Amino acid sequence: MKLTRRDFLMTALRGTIATALPIGAFKFLKPSEARAAIEGTNVRWGFLVNTYKCIGCGFCVKACKLENEVPYNVQVTRTWVERYVILKDGRFLADTPMGGRDGFTDSKVQEEEVKNEEIAKGFFVPKLCNQCENPPCVQVCPVGATYQTADGVVLVDRSWCIGCGYCIMACPYGARFFHPVYKTAEKCTFCYHRITKGMKTACVDACPTGARQIGNLKDPNYPVTKVILNQRVAVLKDEYGTKPQAYYIGLDKNVR
Amino acid sequence: MIESYVQEAQWTIKELFVYPNEFIYWSIQIVMYPLMTGLVAGAFVLSSLYHVFGQKDLKDMAKFSLVFSFALLLVAPVPLLFHLQHPLRGMQVFFTPHFTSAISAFGIVFFAYSIIVVTEIWFVYRKYFVERTLDLKGKEGLGNTVTRLLYNVLTLGAYDIGEEAQQKDEKAIKILAGFGIPVACFLHGYAGFIFGSVKANALWMTPLMPVIFIMSAIVSGIALCMLTYIAIMEWKKFRIKTSRKPWEVTAEEVAGVEIELMSKSSKYLIGFMIAAITLEILDLIFRGYMAVKSWDILRSVIYGKDFVDIFILQYTFGNLLPFTLLLLPRLTVRRLAVALSLVLFGVFMMRWNVVIGGQAFSLSFAGYMHYKMPFIPYNLETFKEGFFGAFTVGIMPFILFWGINRLIPSLRYK
Repeated sequence: MKLTRRDFLMTALRGTIATALPIGAFKFLKPSEARAAIEGTNVRWGFLVNTYKCIGCGFCVKACKLENEVPYNVQVTRTWVERYVILKDGRFLADTPMGGRDGFTDSKVQEEEVKNEEIAKGFFVPKLCNQCENPPCVQVCPVGATYQTADGVVLVDRSWCIGCGYCIMACPYGARFFHPVYKTAEKCTFCYHRITKGMKTACVDACPTGARQIGNLKDPNYPVTKVILNQRVAVLKDEYGTKPQAYYIGLDKNVR
Repeated sequence: MIESYVQEAQWTIKELFVYPNEFIYWSIQIVMYPLMTGLVAGAFVLSSLYHVFGQKDLKDMAKFSLVFSFALLLVAPVPLLFHLQHPLRGMQVFFTPHFTSAISAFGIVFFAYSIIVVTEIWFVYRKYFVERTLDLKGKEGLGNTVTRLLYNVLTLGAYDIGEEAQQKDEKAIKILAGFGIPVACFLHGYAGFIFGSVKANALWMTPLMPVIFIMSAIVSGIALCMLTYIAIMEWKKFRIKTSRKPWEVTAEEVAGVEIELMSKSSKYLIGFMIAAITLEILDLIFRGYMAVKSWDILRSVIYGKDFVDIFILQYTFGNLLPFTLLLLPRLTVRRLAVALSLVLFGVFMMRWNVVIGGQAFSLSFAGYMHYKMPFIPYNLETFKEGFFGAFTVGIMPFILFWGINRLIPSLRYK
């Protein structure tokens, strides 16, 4: 059989189209979608912070550092507490010495002595990873070492992270850092090792006022889910489109 | 608990309200990285101007900048390896690329580009390899045998250097050079994309970033090739003058750099400089006009904290001054060399102001971070992320070029 160039090209084209069409009928699933389709997960972890209840004691930070083996005497931390002081002249001051680990006993904020009568309002805001629905940190990881679990928690594989720091740059909340010992990207995991065994996170357990709560957002009977559904809650920096899943009661426009 | 410290704290100074986990994570090596890839891309584009667009007067520069581009190419990943916390895992970018990340493109683009450059060099030097093999045939001595074997291998068995075969080589070179231009631009454009796509960073996030990077890359590549060319030719001239008796030296030998060739190259340089500057100014004006949430802190960084770095060092010394020097009539080699050095300095400052400047303010928009570059290293980190680490990366391409140039001479000495 003699095959001309024209015939060859035509046959190749037809063959390609014939193969491509059936392939196009398939839908490619993300690993998490595939898992969800098979197992039908009914868990989505979320967090609720009531800033009215936070007294800035720093027990959560202490508990977190000890539970998750983040070196105690370094600035970096998986969770932290910020103190905001808004003065009567409209200025705002904020600080978080050692992530608020030892509480806030100094009346100096940002190295400025603040008198009680100058203060219009003051409050504490605990922060942690927002376990975003659309996490930019996962998007930018060049090797796929950080990933989102089916129940919505973003984790890091310490054995695969190359330590480029791109995820740290991509997080708008400053939730990530390099672990000083393992030299890999480190972040709050909602104490994944605890919550998946029916326990609460270390910070929730340590909080003396109940300012921190964790729950399954897919279960409407959880107290956290009820509050998020029925009360007015806000999230941090939603302008980045990350769809954060840590909800706050009592946020202020000054909160960064 | 293990006694430990935050390594970034060694070079980060925080001011006002900064989140506890914020530091200058991307320091001098990430300044060097886009600088190096930019030089690679620029050098290649310069060589392609001759091969593809037939700019005959750039012939001498074309061969040289192609080989120099190869030397730079080998160094381009080094800053990344210096920067990685786990450099030995760097290969994983090739094994498990995660394609939503701009960095994962590195493996593919870098290898594709390397293949193009190496293949083009092979076609350019094929005739030379064959000639060397034939020249050394029958000559005695171990050195000659080894060299002949090496060149013999490099010919890859293609000994035909007839008229027709050479024409085919030329055609292949033209295709490769033409194909290489978009790949070179992509190699660097994606470096810009790495920064431009970080939505968390108010200074980096702009779709103009890849284009700005490409333009300044071509500027830096052309400038470095011209400067190295001048340096080598002048050194050669100096060596000839000092090593021989005056009456043995011919006028051609001491001609040194041809100013016509240089002024032609500098025309391209000026063109790309104008493009780069226009885009950068456009970006700045746009930010000020839009004045979104982040503008308050950006303005305080751009017009306040980094004013000297941006407006004095980058724009005045790196752009305005060399621009004037290049445009003034009666260009001399010396003035050109000064202008080119300033251009390179300007591009370095641009990279610096993007990478370091982008981390000069906190994500809280209520605090600042200052990068204090480690100078005298006192541990591995302060070496890698300090002056000497950057210096090591900076001189590497020249050492490599020296070695490669011995194997495949890229400069025609008359």
